[in-house]
Amino acid sequence: MTVPAQTGSQPQATVPGAARIHAAFARAAQEGRAAFIPFMTAGYPTASSFPAVADALLTRADLLEVGIPYSDPLGDGPTIQRASEQALGGGTSTRHTLQLVKDLRARHDTPVVIMTYVNPIYAVGPREFMRLAQDAGVDGLILPDLPPDQDLEIADLAAEHGMAVTFLIAPTSTPERVKLVAGACTGFLYAVSVTGVTGTREGAALAEVPAMLALARQYARVPVAVGFGVKDAETAHQVAQVADGVVVGSAFINAVQHGQDVAALAASIAEGCRKD
Amino acid sequence: MPLTLPTYPQPDERGRFGRFGGRYVPETLIPALDELERAYLTAKTDPTYLNELDRLYREFVGRPSGLYLAERLTAHAGGAKIYLKREDQNYTGAHKINNCLAQALLARRMGKQRVVAETGAGQHGVASATAAALLGLDCVVYMGAEDIRRQELNVFRMKLLGAEVRAVTSGTSTLKDATNEAIRDWVTNVRDTFYILGSVVGPHPYPAMVRDFQSVIGEEVKVQLQALEGTPTPDAIVACVGGGSNAIGIFAPYAYLPDSQRPRLIGTEAAGEGVDTGRHAASVAGGRVGVLHGSMMYLLNDSEGQIVPPHSISAGLDYPGIGPEHCLYSDTGLAEYVPVTDAQALEGLQLCTRLEGIIPALESAHAIYYAVELARSMRPEQTIVVNLSGRGDKDVAEVMRLLDLPEGQSSTPGHTQPIPAQPGQVQPIPAQPSHALSITAQQEVQA
Repeated sequence: MTVPAQTGSQPQATVPGAARIHAAFARAAQEGRAAFIPFMTAGYPTASSFPAVADALLTRADLLEVGIPYSDPLGDGPTIQRASEQALGGGTSTRHTLQLVKDLRARHDTPVVIMTYVNPIYAVGPREFMRLAQDAGVDGLILPDLPPDQDLEIADLAAEHGMAVTFLIAPTSTPERVKLVAGACTGFLYAVSVTGVTGTREGAALAEVPAMLALARQYARVPVAVGFGVKDAETAHQVAQVADGVVVGSAFINAVQHGQDVAALAASIAEGCRKD
Repeated sequence: MPLTLPTYPQPDERGRFGRFGGRYVPETLIPALDELERAYLTAKTDPTYLNELDRLYREFVGRPSGLYLAERLTAHAGGAKIYLKREDQNYTGAHKINNCLAQALLARRMGKQRVVAETGAGQHGVASATAAALLGLDCVVYMGAEDIRRQELNVFRMKLLGAEVRAVTSGTSTLKDATNEAIRDWVTNVRDTFYILGSVVGPHPYPAMVRDFQSVIGEEVKVQLQALEGTPTPDAIVACVGGGSNAIGIFAPYAYLPDSQRPRLIGTEAAGEGVDTGRHAASVAGGRVGVLHGSMMYLLNDSEGQIVPPHSISAGLDYPGIGPEHCLYSDTGLAEYVPVTDAQALEGLQLCTRLEGIIPALESAHAIYYAVELARSMRPEQTIVVNLSGRGDKDVAEVMRLLDLPEGQSSTPGHTQPIPAQPGQVQPIPAQPSHALSITAQQEVQA
């Protein structure tokens, strides 16, 4: 596999969240790694034990992705759906997620990005949501069900509150869509490795990643991370050869569910993120 | 007259009905939605496609469905004439088949051999499975585990038709979750799969496309009413609204007429046990603007954005949102949306059954109840058309349970008294059974 071109200039560096995210990617790149970006559903497995899980992930994370539990997570497979249901059942919804992140950020300096479906933002009110997220120390937002042309104000509103935005591309994305989506991202560009939802693919189905990354590189002025279907050190290593960052979600939910050592898994996958 | 598909001034080129609608879906689906939109716009004016659809509507479905003057309901209400648009006469028992055949034909044109669908009570699932069998397509239907339990006959029908029924156990195990799962399947198999969405919801172009396919209902009413009443336009049209496909099918052909020519358009939302109880599916009356299944609409969701599970006696209305075009109609006053409770719908069902010999679906019974109330306030020379969107056979077991009729007794104590011919003198619904019903329904829910 080819070594990816380094990402170019950072046009949104004036937004503090974007600058912190770009710096995290740059640090990893200097150390010859793709950035390791673990995901965890806020309030999972319980509101009180979530901070310990997050701490374990943060021992190795370059960025931490925290998901707002949502009743109808269209882009997620059974693993994250169940985690969301459990977290919601334990009382963690939108506002509480931001409180949990605020507590995390008081202890850690690692950038935190929030993954949320768009309805919670609209329900809280976009401006109020951004204010709360900024207050919590959130650096960026990942918006899995919001193609950037559906809401032309949300990126500006996030920027106004010091936060970056990340949109997604998929193997089905045409060059026109990749151009549009990549151009709208201020944090990093999130490339979905397969057609499908999170966590459901057996084994590595990453055949489409190199071609998609090549297309993404033509348009992206921000780092490109790959997620979906990365579940262990081996798949992370595959992806790390072409991507600037590797997102791993369902594997950590499963680890928590089965009482496995989250810090050990994080260390193993983080090692897998080295470029060679 | 050959079949044509209508062109309306909404949505805009971005799939927006005002602020509603849109495409809030994972990026994976955007190219598929673009492909679908292109294929639909081409098919819409292709005589080959239209002739085939026309033939199936006539020879397979049995269209046109009747427009039937309900004389005894009319006399009972004692006001405006009540016509029933008999979508219950369609093969498979409801309006759903209009849309399923049109989408399945489109799937075949697009070279998609596999179709997926969501279903609540099973009507759209059965119609999708039927269309798939007819056209030789592979069909997977997602259905909530709770609905599978309640509708085992429809589940068997789908299996008999060759469809695979997959139980959905996430969330509330009902229609909204089945829809999530159908969309997840489509995201995963997008390159060779066509998603037959059953209502005027979902990402653009579905709300517009399903509306166009269902518009055959309203277009037929125009012709039929012209012959019966000398005018294509009634004074009012009443239809039940869940996602809103039967309602939009009869509203849209009238909605964009000039004010002076537009009838009152009234959508009856499922108010369940009452909008103020929180146990309902009335998205306009009791919801607020939000995003679900790819579309911005009035939606039952809490202050943190979590979807609130809906409740209705009728599975077909048990959906937390309402199609984006209805939202626009509501905001602009082109149509009105009124709540009708479970108990009122049960009354409407009994009334229509006893007075007309027609057992309506519980969904349609919401519209019938309100139409009778409305007729009473109107003059005899005025007309109301009710969309009788489906037949009630699927609900008979549920109604039997709710009414809990003792052996050998009719559903209404006043049964032996003749319905007076003189209008306006009879309370439509005896108070006693209505209370009894409402209590039974609540107990059922708690159990």
